[in-house]
Amino acid sequence: MDLIRVLEESQYKSTIPEFRPGDTVKVHVKVVEGTRERIQLFEGVVIRRRGGGLSETFTVRRVSYGVGVERTFLLHTPRIEKIEVVKRGRVRRARLYYLRQLRGKAARIAERR
Amino acid sequence: MKTILGKKVGMTQVFTENGESVPVTVIEAGPCVVVQKKISEQDGYHAVQLGFGEKRENLFNKPQKGHYAKAGVKPKRYLREVRVEDAAGYEVGQEINVDIFAIGERVDVVGTSKGRGFTGGIQRHGFHRGPMTHGSKYHRRPGSLGPKGPARVFKGRKLPGHAGAERVTVQNLEVIRVEAGQNLLAIRGAVPGPRGGLLTIKRSVKSR
Repeated sequence: MDLIRVLEESQYKSTIPEFRPGDTVKVHVKVVEGTRERIQLFEGVVIRRRGGGLSETFTVRRVSYGVGVERTFLLHTPRIEKIEVVKRGRVRRARLYYLRQLRGKAARIAERR
Repeated sequence: MKTILGKKVGMTQVFTENGESVPVTVIEAGPCVVVQKKISEQDGYHAVQLGFGEKRENLFNKPQKGHYAKAGVKPKRYLREVRVEDAAGYEVGQEINVDIFAIGERVDVVGTSKGRGFTGGIQRHGFHRGPMTHGSKYHRRPGSLGPKGPARVFKGRKLPGHAGAERVTVQNLEVIRVEAGQNLLAIRGAVPGPRGGLLTIKRSVKSR
């Protein structure tokens, strides 16, 4: 297994902040438009983290213009410039799929200190 | 000759510069040693015998030890012969390393697939299955074996039997990374056999 590590080592990001499901994050995504590259922000609630190692992913959910949008990112992908934790949330589950059924006030998450 | 022997380490993924993630198989390839040369005048064809891998000294018998001693190399776990145009260009004892491959090159990988034991027609040949419900009792059986006319089953009829554990070649795979210091090769996609299985990596026939 350590031989696989040799190839993976350089790909891990060291600057990922600690965050868990229920937290609100801002993801700075690099978007390529034609030849230009710019940073796009995607802010929302982390509803899941899955997998481990280099292939770990997390899913961020936000409601924009009344439509729920969920994006799944590879945690270590170079396409993510930066992840910012905006708010820490207190939840009792690892997968927050129940948020999909809720809207407005009911979809709020209590803050964790 | 662009051929090397290797051991499958396992699979992972790597990112390309533009952020794409690529599934790769990691192979510990080489170093291989030329143990014997076969020359047309003497053997009727040209080939190079490659040795690869470690094994405890006391596991070799005398004839095997003699064969390696003749070449002046340490005994190796695996020996495989590779056909070449002209074996004269190779020296006995010469080492072959992963750096014969470059990133972006296409290769074919030969291995022995995982053994599946005695399997039914669905797993072995991709047969369809019958309905599981609606009163059907015909679930995973092979179906009709042919017309009633000849009153026998034709040879080559696909039926249940032993599957896997056979030589499989996967063609035209891309080399994603070469780690010369560690003798590692990362190749896009899957490769036959279990982890730790012996593989032969050679230049792709399709890239010729």
